[in-house]
Amino acid sequence: MQPTARKPVKVESSWSIMDRVGLGLAWAAGLSLCLVAGSIIAYMAYKGIQYVSWEMITSAPEASLDQSATGGFLDPIIGSLVLTVIGIVIAVPVGVAVAVWLTEYGRPSGLARAVESGVEIVAGTPSIVLAIFGLLIFQQSFMGLFSFTAEGGAVFGRSFIAAGAMMSIVALPLVIGATREAMMTIPRHVREASYALGKDRATTIRRVLLPSARSGIATGATLGMGRIIGDTAIVVILLGASMQISPEDGFGGIFRGTGSTLTSYVYNNSPAGEGNAPEKAYAAAFVLLLIVIFLNAAVGLIGRRNKPQWN
Amino acid sequence: MELRQEQPQQNGTGPASGTVPPLRRIIVDSETPPVHVADQVPSYEYAPDPLAGVALDPEANIGWTEERMRTEALTIAYGGKVAVNEVSLEVNTGEVLALIGPSGCGKTTLLRSLNRLVELTPAAKRTGRIMLDNESVDDFDVTHLRSRVGMLFQQPNPFPMSIFDNVAYGLRERGSKRPRKKELEPIVVDALERAGLWDEVSKNLNHPALALSGGQQQRLCIARSLAVSPEVLLLDEPCSALDPISTGIIEETIVGLAVDIAIVIVTHNLQQASRVADRVAFMYLGDMVECGTSGQVFGAPVAERTKEYIGGGFG
Repeated sequence: MQPTARKPVKVESSWSIMDRVGLGLAWAAGLSLCLVAGSIIAYMAYKGIQYVSWEMITSAPEASLDQSATGGFLDPIIGSLVLTVIGIVIAVPVGVAVAVWLTEYGRPSGLARAVESGVEIVAGTPSIVLAIFGLLIFQQSFMGLFSFTAEGGAVFGRSFIAAGAMMSIVALPLVIGATREAMMTIPRHVREASYALGKDRATTIRRVLLPSARSGIATGATLGMGRIIGDTAIVVILLGASMQISPEDGFGGIFRGTGSTLTSYVYNNSPAGEGNAPEKAYAAAFVLLLIVIFLNAAVGLIGRRNKPQWN
Repeated sequence: MELRQEQPQQNGTGPASGTVPPLRRIIVDSETPPVHVADQVPSYEYAPDPLAGVALDPEANIGWTEERMRTEALTIAYGGKVAVNEVSLEVNTGEVLALIGPSGCGKTTLLRSLNRLVELTPAAKRTGRIMLDNESVDDFDVTHLRSRVGMLFQQPNPFPMSIFDNVAYGLRERGSKRPRKKELEPIVVDALERAGLWDEVSKNLNHPALALSGGQQQRLCIARSLAVSPEVLLLDEPCSALDPISTGIIEETIVGLAVDIAIVIVTHNLQQASRVADRVAFMYLGDMVECGTSGQVFGAPVAERTKEYIGGGFG
């Protein structure tokens, strides 16, 4: 996860032409990637700063034909946060449990291999597929608890819980991957030292291995958050089409209700969506980009901190 | 942090460079009068005569031993490969037993079988018996066995927690109720004192253990093992990752502990074996070739193999 620092390569005059060309291409590839990332950020910042205002961030969206009266995107910001929290609260315990099982137990090995490829398949599944699959599940009548039920008994199947549950699946492979990697870098003799003090596996995992893997788990959780916050398909399909957060009455409140996130707000306000308010889309996209950049910086910081080093 | 700076430099000057100097020389060279570590360990019923301060001379050691562990025709095989072949050996309280031999001769496997750590390797198969106080180790609950037979590893491996918590680790979560810090404190302090680390860390008990220097970490690991008051301590090349000065300190600690703990040390360093061990067992390709007092094995080895092996180390 951490970039490895190396001494800069010194181009010797004795280098063959192929080596020089290769080095040049590698440089060019790296630089052009920076250029792409830089221009996205610069363009979004240029557009975003033009339109974003404090009022926009702190006022709720309103339905109106008059563009000046459609309000801001407070609800989508809250929606993004709520959805991220739901997704991470589900994904981290499940992901850590799977990672611990894979690294510390992993038996029978056939089952471990099946779990591994399951994780890979989930990681490679487009979120639109997960969203449709989620809708199928949450519209079943026994899932009525998790969303709005119409009078005839039909289950709506769209709610923060439904979207959050599918979002946790999006984040799961990242949590599992980062946790596994952290667990595998703990030397075997550290585990054995705990066993040699008369501790069983469960205690060793809880008191030694998980604390050692803490930064890895945090990295995975942060990467997962970034994925959840950036995902659109699941929100569009599973969170309902309302821009405002509309909680259900009584039990469950906001979690059973529908709403929107920054991504669905951008989509809906862009010319590609139903609305046609590009300046609002730019402003919201700028806020979203800031959150994602912040999360990425957090990943870097967490990855470097608190990582125990043995020989 | 700051503690790390205390790690001695190895810059190739002085007697500390190259090979490990004999321990006796460190004592002679030191400015304080020579004191044997055993003297600093109070309240032992059979404390050695301080004037036997040659105490590092194996022949003049404590003179009181009691059998603690015993292997009988112990054979361990990984898959079809026999790593330890019909080894019978006693491990006694009051002495240090060194297992020596070339790489891959089975010494570490033998050592790890004594606390059943070898069972973590799925392919390992064991026949023969291992007894602790005349009871087969298989009859013990494995966690109970391991709290009576402690182990120290090649690499220092403190857990990522404070110094105090490291030493208290073995004491916690033994039963249903969690002992309070107050109750643990005297045991932790005692263990740190016996491992010779107390003076260096007494003010920093809440500092992270991984910030200590390598030698301090290894002594912390000794303290961690001592806290659960083991009867046997297994050391798997405990000094191979350490500098000569740390090695010297740990060797002194080992000799001091041997008064009331049975110690088995695996080492590739024959000088170290001769410095700390009372008895030496030489292994070759899984067989125990020779076992006797240190003086006997190093001074007058019987077997041809032993002569060849120690000939390399003792010229």
